[in-house]
Amino acid sequence: METMAQPAAVSVFGMIVGLIAVIGLVSVNALFLIWMERKVSAHMQLRPGPMEVGWHGAIQTIADALKLMGKELITPRDVDRPVFWLAPIVVFLPVLLSFLVIPFSQNLIIRDMNVGVLLILAFAALTVLAILMAGWASNNKYSVFGSIRSVAQNVAYEIPLLITLMSIILIVGSFSLVDIVNAQSKYWFVLIQPVAFILYITCATAETNRAPFDLPEAESELVAGFHTEYTGMRFALFFLAEYTNMFIVASIATVFFLGGWRGPFLPGFAWFLIKVYFIIFLIMWFRWTFPRVRFDQLITFAWKILIPLAFANLIITAFIMKLL
Amino acid sequence: MLERGLEEKTYVLNLGPQHPSTHGVLRVELEMEGEFITKADPDIGYGHRGHEHMAENRTYPQFLPNMGRVDYLHALAYNHGYCMAVEKLIGLEVPERGEFVRVITAELNRITSHLLWLGAYLLDLGAFTPILYSFDDRENALDLLDYLTGSRLTYCFYRFGGVPVDIDDDFTEGCRKFIQRLRSRWVDYDNLVTKNVIFIHRTRDVGLITQEQCIKYGLTGPMVRGSGLPYDIRRSEPYSVYPRFDFEIPIGERGDVMDRYLVRFREMEQSLRIIEQALDKIPNGPIMAEKVPKRIKPAAGEVYMAVESARGEFGCFVVSEGDPKPYRIKLRVPSFGNLSILPEIAVDTLVADLVAILGSIDVVVPEIDR
Amino acid sequence: MVSYFKDILVGFYSLLAGMSVTIRYFFQPIVTVQYPRDKITMTPRYRGHTQLALDEETSTHTCIACELCARTCPSQLITVKGVKVDKKKKVPWQYVIEYQYCSLCGLCIDVCPTNALEWSDEYRLAGYTREDSVFDLLTRFQRQQQMAGVPMTPIPEAPAVEEGEAEPVEEGKE
Repeated sequence: METMAQPAAVSVFGMIVGLIAVIGLVSVNALFLIWMERKVSAHMQLRPGPMEVGWHGAIQTIADALKLMGKELITPRDVDRPVFWLAPIVVFLPVLLSFLVIPFSQNLIIRDMNVGVLLILAFAALTVLAILMAGWASNNKYSVFGSIRSVAQNVAYEIPLLITLMSIILIVGSFSLVDIVNAQSKYWFVLIQPVAFILYITCATAETNRAPFDLPEAESELVAGFHTEYTGMRFALFFLAEYTNMFIVASIATVFFLGGWRGPFLPGFAWFLIKVYFIIFLIMWFRWTFPRVRFDQLITFAWKILIPLAFANLIITAFIMKLL
Repeated sequence: MLERGLEEKTYVLNLGPQHPSTHGVLRVELEMEGEFITKADPDIGYGHRGHEHMAENRTYPQFLPNMGRVDYLHALAYNHGYCMAVEKLIGLEVPERGEFVRVITAELNRITSHLLWLGAYLLDLGAFTPILYSFDDRENALDLLDYLTGSRLTYCFYRFGGVPVDIDDDFTEGCRKFIQRLRSRWVDYDNLVTKNVIFIHRTRDVGLITQEQCIKYGLTGPMVRGSGLPYDIRRSEPYSVYPRFDFEIPIGERGDVMDRYLVRFREMEQSLRIIEQALDKIPNGPIMAEKVPKRIKPAAGEVYMAVESARGEFGCFVVSEGDPKPYRIKLRVPSFGNLSILPEIAVDTLVADLVAILGSIDVVVPEIDR
Repeated sequence: MVSYFKDILVGFYSLLAGMSVTIRYFFQPIVTVQYPRDKITMTPRYRGHTQLALDEETSTHTCIACELCARTCPSQLITVKGVKVDKKKKVPWQYVIEYQYCSLCGLCIDVCPTNALEWSDEYRLAGYTREDSVFDLLTRFQRQQQMAGVPMTPIPEAPAVEEGEAEPVEEGKE
């Protein structure tokens, strides 16, 4: 957890410490998010959710994780073994790498790079590969469906996602996440770019395969989509990756639109987390409210509505920037 | 499997019998081209229990509990149809109050069935929350039915000649409270579901059924009403005391999934109206006919009685040869007829549409298999 | 072009309307019951399983072992065996129901000439084996009497086995 000014040895040491911290954070965060999702969904549905293990079921997810660890790793007979085995790992690695550039506070960042945004988006795109691997290797028609959908969906939604972020980058003039946060010292970008914020949240929901865009998993259509054949810890890794991805897209939203770690009274780290969890709450709120869109509508929505709007937003932003 | 799929143009996908959206144990064999369905073939019979054959080995009253289990969601309509058929066979007149109690409970049961369908259908479309709201409402109706009948799902309440338990002031009051409560919830369902843009896009112009198709396939219930034909047994072949109530038969315009949703949705309101009127108009008097024979042994003959269940026309055909046991009981179940149109309307749709269509048919698989 | 933007705005508004519903319910009190900790009282007519009714006047049951219930039962799960105590009166020495077959139709209660049967409000009837749901209603009735604080009705001895008749196989749950 060092800035770039340190000598190389210290920096490497810092990165190792950072990696361990990130793995810890990822696990704790996922456990918390699963608990939070269960609680949010429960209260929206007029029920209490987990109540038995710990205070208001707070350590219920730990119990579940232990149970998952104890489960047999079933490998169906006809799967493509190496790919089947590799997919959960591939889905999880890029998730860890994305944490490299997320600024949790002024100094709490593993490495501030001048291509930070691109790095995160590039790693996020790797998730698709893992889902495709999982779906294809499972040798199950439902899984293949899920993974094919996932690829089309992610390709379609990455474009508006990047274009939307471009309009902010245009204002700031830097890809570095720290610079973007520093540019919001006077006001948050959500105030001057509300359309971009809405577009970003929509695309982010689709990127993380969350309802109403959860077509790769589409429970009522595809049973469990690409992870139908996965059990035990392998399944848990997909689960973990999904929730961590949510955290990452929410952190990008925080950095780009909600002023990152900036806020009065509380330390930067706390503000950052509060904002991130607010965005995650928003995404959960979507999930527990909306029905699922159909696949063709999903693609139509991306190409006919999100991308034109994102372009329009970018052009208008560029125009105004030129005028100013 | 996949290797073959690459060579051939189409492949087979088994939807069910273990699938979240087949509502039990229905299996649909799909021939697919990409994500498009070229052929859908429903395969039924996984939940066959032989109810019709059971009838041949039981006396008339002994078959009563079976009627709660054919269509477990609208059990009281089945109770009603069977009781009326046997009453017609032995020439038994049910006192008015008894019929009123039957109508009130059957309509309450219809509401619970539609509420469950509403939630399950939204679950099919991927919305998780509405089912819990509808179950919350449904529990209130079930509490009322529980108070009267003692059970919450598989009712065996009506008896030949009337009903065994009379309604009291507590029940009447509870009913009125429930009516008020449910009416106050319509606006929430509207905002959460009916007006939702995703829901509209998922359901508009999906699974279109023309009026000719309806007649050709013998569809009944909300399926046929969704296509614009106002066919409701309660009106077209009135039974019980339904002619005395003022209620509308909601019909759809286009015959798509959305229309069927709206028809069911409006039907709940009409059921509330019927209950309201029945509670106002209920006459005093006995609830059970006076001369119910201890041993039911109808003369040889046959009788058909149809009632409107939540899914459509339920017909009960009883043949007697003068024994205490029926010679044959044939149950005409609505879900079977309604499902038969699936192969025709499922062609050239996506899997997601098939799930939407299957949900809109509102199949109760044990009812089809019997 | 106008309709394009109008569609987007109307759609967006409808999504917000849906979200306002869920968030309103988010802050409403929960309606479910945490089952093993809280319980709901059963309605008076709740159909648990059948049991012998406690007659208030005589503090005992009124069963006369006529076996009408056993004959009416669609699943034939009732076994009643009576013994003559004097010339006219007959009492059951065994009344066993195999609850796992019961469909809760209530025909036995309707048919009983002396109204000796009623529904219990017991709903925790799960068991691990089939035998767990075989109830001996006479011993249960003794427990009911104990709870009500009235003297227990003794269960009469089984009559001597007649020739050619096998010993009753079923033993009630204790």
